[in-house]
Amino acid sequence: MLKTGILPGDWLILVAGLGLVGMLFLHQAGSLEGRVIIRQNGQIHAEASLRLNRIIEVPGPLGMSRIEIREGRVRIAADPSPRQLCVKQGWIPPGGAAVCLPNRISVENAAAGYDSLNY
Amino acid sequence: MTPSTIELPVTAQDRRVAALAAAAIGLTLAEAAIPLPIPGVKPGLANIVTLLVLYRYGWRMAAWVSLLRILAGALTLGYFLTPAFMLSVSGGLMSLLMLAWAVHLPRRWFGPVGLSVLAAFAHISAQLAVVDFWLMPGGSLMHLMPLFLGAAWLTGLSNGLITTHLLTHTAWAPDTPPLDNA
Repeated sequence: MLKTGILPGDWLILVAGLGLVGMLFLHQAGSLEGRVIIRQNGQIHAEASLRLNRIIEVPGPLGMSRIEIREGRVRIAADPSPRQLCVKQGWIPPGGAAVCLPNRISVENAAAGYDSLNY
Repeated sequence: MTPSTIELPVTAQDRRVAALAAAAIGLTLAEAAIPLPIPGVKPGLANIVTLLVLYRYGWRMAAWVSLLRILAGALTLGYFLTPAFMLSVSGGLMSLLMLAWAVHLPRRWFGPVGLSVLAAFAHISAQLAVVDFWLMPGGSLMHLMPLFLGAAWLTGLSNGLITTHLLTHTAWAPDTPPLDNA
């Protein structure tokens, strides 16, 4: 005789399926959001999500550079370079980058979504 | 009228397949008339028929009904042999394979709802794979995977619930043990 309703195995499948979908959503959200790529001397020093507010300190030949991620934006908050060009640049637009040449640090705002360049 | 020289013997089972496939085609056509917000996401009501047939008459009949429905649905809606048809066939085949395996799960624990969700996942996975490897290689459809899988979960659940209801509260309710290898 056929059992009625949602059986225990069905619940298992439903929960596992929902978990899979949820995990994919979370994974997707992470990869679709903009990412910040910080390079020191050409090497990738750190990668961070634009969604998480944080301050990253990167050591360079002149001293510490402080990179600030706040509310989906990123900027170089402080840098020991003499002319402060990268700090004056302010918030880095999506797809843009700021370079502190004397301290050999670059910060890239890897744009979310697509444009004709990175598609 | 000249009598046909070829006599095709029609068994009762052939008639049954035809009738069930016709019901499934009807659902496919009715569904095509429903406007849907996202292209590629539809409820797949015809799969209720596939599941009913699976439980009542076994996998072979279900495969017949499902594939005939895909063929005739494509002919009537005019997408026979187009990419959409390939998607339909790949999804149909994969969910039938999944069901071929899933009917052997213990009946005490797994019912139409579980099978429906599994088949829906198999269906959309095959379609996404075909799109990714063949129709739009390198395209970014994989970004939409959570959305499609979520939709499959929902439609699988609702179709499974409808199937359960029909199997228990209507003439589809089997008096005999449900799966006879027809």
